[in-house]
Amino acid sequence: MNVLEVRNATKRFGSLVAVQDVSLSVPKGELRAIIGPNGAGKTTFFNLISGFLAPSAGTIEFDGRDITLMPAHERVALGMARTFQITEIFPELTVFENVRVGTEVTAGYCLRPWISRAQQNDIHSRVEEVLKLAGLETKADRLVGELAHGDQRAAEIAMALTLNPHLLLLDEPTAGMGDRETFEITKLIRRLHRDSKLTIVLIEHDMRVVFHLADRITVLDQGKLLAEGTPQEIAANAAVQAAYLGKAA
Amino acid sequence: MSGEQMRKLVVLAVVWLALLFAPYWMAPLGGYTALATRVLVLGLAAMSVNFLLGFTGVLSFGHAAYFGLGAYGTGLALKFLTTSTPLSLVLGMLLGGVVGGLLGALIVRRRGVYFAMVTIAFGQVFYYIAFQWSSLTGGDDGLRGFSRQPLELGLFQIDILSNTTYFYYFVLFCFALAVGVMGVLLRSPFGRAMIAIRENERRARFLGIAVERHIWIAFTLSCFFIAFAGALYALVNNFADPKGLHYSQSGDFVMMAVMGGMRSFWGPLLGAAVFVILQDYLSSITINWMSFVGMLFVLVVLFFPRGLLGFIRRKRAA
Repeated sequence: MNVLEVRNATKRFGSLVAVQDVSLSVPKGELRAIIGPNGAGKTTFFNLISGFLAPSAGTIEFDGRDITLMPAHERVALGMARTFQITEIFPELTVFENVRVGTEVTAGYCLRPWISRAQQNDIHSRVEEVLKLAGLETKADRLVGELAHGDQRAAEIAMALTLNPHLLLLDEPTAGMGDRETFEITKLIRRLHRDSKLTIVLIEHDMRVVFHLADRITVLDQGKLLAEGTPQEIAANAAVQAAYLGKAA
Repeated sequence: MSGEQMRKLVVLAVVWLALLFAPYWMAPLGGYTALATRVLVLGLAAMSVNFLLGFTGVLSFGHAAYFGLGAYGTGLALKFLTTSTPLSLVLGMLLGGVVGGLLGALIVRRRGVYFAMVTIAFGQVFYYIAFQWSSLTGGDDGLRGFSRQPLELGLFQIDILSNTTYFYYFVLFCFALAVGVMGVLLRSPFGRAMIAIRENERRARFLGIAVERHIWIAFTLSCFFIAFAGALYALVNNFADPKGLHYSQSGDFVMMAVMGGMRSFWGPLLGAAVFVILQDYLSSITINWMSFVGMLFVLVVLFFPRGLLGFIRRKRAA
């Protein structure tokens, strides 16, 4: 069964059609990259999947369940986690506290005025587990707002991981990073994909990262689906080359 | 024990010792016990506003409505229903808290300045009801004809009506209860989710927090807290004033919270103390006392944007 099944999704903003009739199937365990020139509608498409925006037409299924009109926080409860193009963290809290919020929400404690010592200990060990997975265990007590950009990104991914996601959506995970940081984040994503067997959909501009990580690639252009295939097929696709290099090419 | 924990313990000890002995050290400094009682009650109100403003990041400019409802609820209960002071307090708190919860459900979808505007509008509704419904509320003159009653504790009674020191300790007991609950809430998963919303609402939503519901619960809780403060305020004066419902009163609460330091738990209490003591002292000298308080407020906001307590804390850290 496919984890994610988008059928003919369309999003209009007034007369602008940002996403037009795009379908996407992602099977369990796949790492799918969505690429396309600026303004291709990638982030809008992501927002439809994660519930930040409602589609004008089309349906979205997650784990076989229709979630087209479901609010964002309920999708999260079903196991869909996302990060944003601009890092979204709790800047004045420590790394540990950032990760603890998601852990407590996942444990169902978010409305509890009190939890037992044993429950607190469970939360703590889960937080430490996730920090280790994201390679942040030595920075647990630092304020997230004071970390380097790459570490903030890792912290954001760690927060998403606390949700035990079946599907991880990453919006440009290497945006604004130097080579060193890009390398680290790529390694982390690869680890999550290979070792933790996570299903991941990511938007990415850095083609080295895309071709290094992706099982399959979806190309959007001007809101429409342009091509889909393995990295080799996409690299050889004439229409994709034209979209990236200009129509004259 | 870490330095941070040690510091918190010291702050707690200082605050509670100061409050516990206030009737003894206020008098030599030219104050009086009833002034300390006012500081406690208005401090609790400012802390209630700050529960929402400082820890959920939501600015209500109409919390005086629930403060006033608490006061009128308690006043009316003592006048018509009961001679039990604690029962009247509970009734006042319920009135303000329940009304706050109902209106809150309508308000929580708004954000920022729209939220503040809607809270003002709802708040003013109650001001005008109290103002116009003279037969019940006493209208512009306020609600009179009730007074706090001695506490009956089975074998003996405590005369909180005529003995201001006893009354101070009664209010301190109520204050400690409310502040204790507030402190526990803020250190719980519920409170941490509130702080997460303050820090980054979008991230909170995408961690699976039902943001609107969470803000609604925090709003309702803060209405219960401030209604409790209002109920105590009716006992302080044996009087409920329609001005206590007015949005300018809401503004005073916000001012106390911001002046004292809205990121700190105790800041609003300090803000309330500065406000109340300045008011007491300056209003005996000039009717324009408010312009001096306003001037101080402007100075604090310009030079110590984290409030008086935030400033003191940073000084020590440096």
